[in-house]
Amino acid sequence: MNTLNTTVTSEAEMPEENVVPVQEEKPAETVIEEGKTVGRPFSDDAKFKLRNVEVFYGQDRAIKNISLDIARNEVIAFIGPSGCGKSTFLRCLNRMNDSIDICRVKGSLHLDDQDIYDPKRDVVELRARVGMVFQKPNPFPKSIYDNVAYGPRIHGLANRKSDLDDIVENSLRKAGLWEEVKDRLDATATGMSGGQQQRLCIARAIAVSPEVVLMDEPCSALDPIATAKVEELIAELSESYTIVIVTHSMQQAARVSHRTAYFHLGHLVEVNETNKVFTSPEHELTESYITGRFG
Amino acid sequence: MQPANLLLLTLVLAVVAYGLGYARSRALAMPLGGIRHLKSLPFYYGARAALWCGIPALIVLALWAAFQGKVIQMLVIGSLPPEMIPADEGSASLLLSKISNVASGALPPGFVEAPIVEAAERLKALRGQSRMLMSALVISVAVLAGFLGWLRIRPRINAREQVESILKWLFFACAALAILTTLGIIFSVAFETFRFFEKISFVEFFFGTSWSPQTALRADQVAAEGAFGMIPLFTGTLLISAIAMLVAVPVGLLSAIYLSEYANKRVRSIVKPLLEMLAGIPTVVYGFFAALTVAPFISNLAASLGIEASSQSALAAGGVMGIMIIPFVSSLSDDVINAVPQSLRDGSLALGATQSETMKKVIFPAALPGIMGGILLAVSRAIGETMIVVMAAGLAANLTANPLETVTTVTVQIVTLLTGDQEFDSAKTLAAFALGAMLFLATLLLNVIALKIVRKYREQYD
Repeated sequence: MNTLNTTVTSEAEMPEENVVPVQEEKPAETVIEEGKTVGRPFSDDAKFKLRNVEVFYGQDRAIKNISLDIARNEVIAFIGPSGCGKSTFLRCLNRMNDSIDICRVKGSLHLDDQDIYDPKRDVVELRARVGMVFQKPNPFPKSIYDNVAYGPRIHGLANRKSDLDDIVENSLRKAGLWEEVKDRLDATATGMSGGQQQRLCIARAIAVSPEVVLMDEPCSALDPIATAKVEELIAELSESYTIVIVTHSMQQAARVSHRTAYFHLGHLVEVNETNKVFTSPEHELTESYITGRFG
Repeated sequence: MQPANLLLLTLVLAVVAYGLGYARSRALAMPLGGIRHLKSLPFYYGARAALWCGIPALIVLALWAAFQGKVIQMLVIGSLPPEMIPADEGSASLLLSKISNVASGALPPGFVEAPIVEAAERLKALRGQSRMLMSALVISVAVLAGFLGWLRIRPRINAREQVESILKWLFFACAALAILTTLGIIFSVAFETFRFFEKISFVEFFFGTSWSPQTALRADQVAAEGAFGMIPLFTGTLLISAIAMLVAVPVGLLSAIYLSEYANKRVRSIVKPLLEMLAGIPTVVYGFFAALTVAPFISNLAASLGIEASSQSALAAGGVMGIMIIPFVSSLSDDVINAVPQSLRDGSLALGATQSETMKKVIFPAALPGIMGGILLAVSRAIGETMIVVMAAGLAANLTANPLETVTTVTVQIVTLLTGDQEFDSAKTLAAFALGAMLFLATLLLNVIALKIVRKYREQYD
């Protein structure tokens, strides 16, 4: 019985060690060294300290040993071809991956030196500090006012109706939406244009006064004019918030972000100042991507 | 040949026509250089030949089967000696049944007059001839039309279009059949309802508070006066349905919320089918569960508390009915809750809302119209339910709001009015149709409202 057990365990451990190198997923011509990121991934004033992060979907390893710092009040853009794991990585930062049953996150993730994935950690408090804006505008089928007031009400941020009114007005002002909607706060939010809806979602996210705003391709469903407005908004918000933005548009990354991180097949290949990444990339995969050779 | 056999034979002929048509179209295509030179695929040429063969034959068969009885009857009656020709419809049908009884041997020929025996012989002969003729006609139509269809296979004919337009009409006919059946039921009920209101006044039926459906057989009968007030029946129905909904809505809704939002995949894959199995249990089984287990339990419990309760009660019937319709509520609500886009859940969770806050403030309001629709469908099911009430709630038409008393419902009264030997022109029997019509209107109204609500909801996310 004993011997049998030991054989089983050693056999079970073997493949796990075999999996780690992941030889076959590397493109033939370029070698990605796992856990090795060129450029400047770390920062002295880190809001997020992320070390050796790995994400599994069942047996699939979607994120492979990524270490990165996200600095206070910076705008960092995640770029990379589809399926490279940038959205998955983003969703680790406020534990939105929790709702996916088969998703497991390994490694150490800290927000202001507090462990994000501590089992005792209150997810509600985390998400109040780390807000999120999604790819497709997702206003609730409620009035504009109720959409913005949703978060403050849940977290009990307003004691009086007038306080709530102030929060709603301030948030809408910050999102550059106040002038457009101040006369129809009771109108249903789903009747707005796509660009307005997305700015409403941003207003909704900042209404709970988060410290970080995560944006998952916030402009991919918007037309160029609405996109320009949202980008302008991001520039303004960067004064008071840390912003992490996933984008498919390299122009957008170049316009709004301070640093840019290039993801490839679950690896974090290169992180650097945005203008460096786009003018003199250090890694050849980054160069291939930004010059449009793939992706 | 029997019509059923003939039907089968026609189908076989159609299959043969299909095979021949298929083969012929291929044979025609080969010299041209392959099937791609045909306008349609060989399948369509075969199907076209089969339809040519089958449809006219089936129409002939149907017409013949529909009219042969009447025609033969007329011939038989016409052949009787003039003094025996019946004067009115009633005696004609009596005479005809006599004749056909003699013909089938149920009535020995010695018991009836000679002309009737003769007529019976005639009837037999005519029936035999008719059958022969029908077989011959149907088979020849099938073969001829099939042959014609086979002959007219040309590479340039677009058989696909023809087949598809015929199929379209076939589908239409099927849909029309369902609608016509519904219309037929409505008209028959409406007609009998009018006859009922010739005997009983509207006021008594709609506003009467006592129900005791009996009509006097003799004028001097004691206790002859019947009462046809539907109010106790409808209040009974409402009481039992309300109890059922009180059970089904909270349990169904909360289990739907659990299944769609909280349960993991494994639990869901086990619990959901089990819950839906409740809808598959025959209502008669629920009925004796209610009558033998729940009703005595309730009356004992009430007795031990010092409350008076009858052995059959609205509570027992309504409670068990509620359990029966849980799956209606839970299944529909589950679908509706699942249809709320994941992006709304994400949006709420990302703002730091808990799962239950998200449910309460975002998902439930968004799903509410659909849930309401599901509940209304469940209500119309509860109103129409009969078996449980017959067995567990009793038959006494009490006008009461006390769930521990025995009550009766519209459906139960329809059953009791129509079971056993009945004369179809008394107010008692006709009352069943009037009740049926009212019930139909009530559930129809509920269904229309439910569908409207569900549709309105659909528009929101599509």
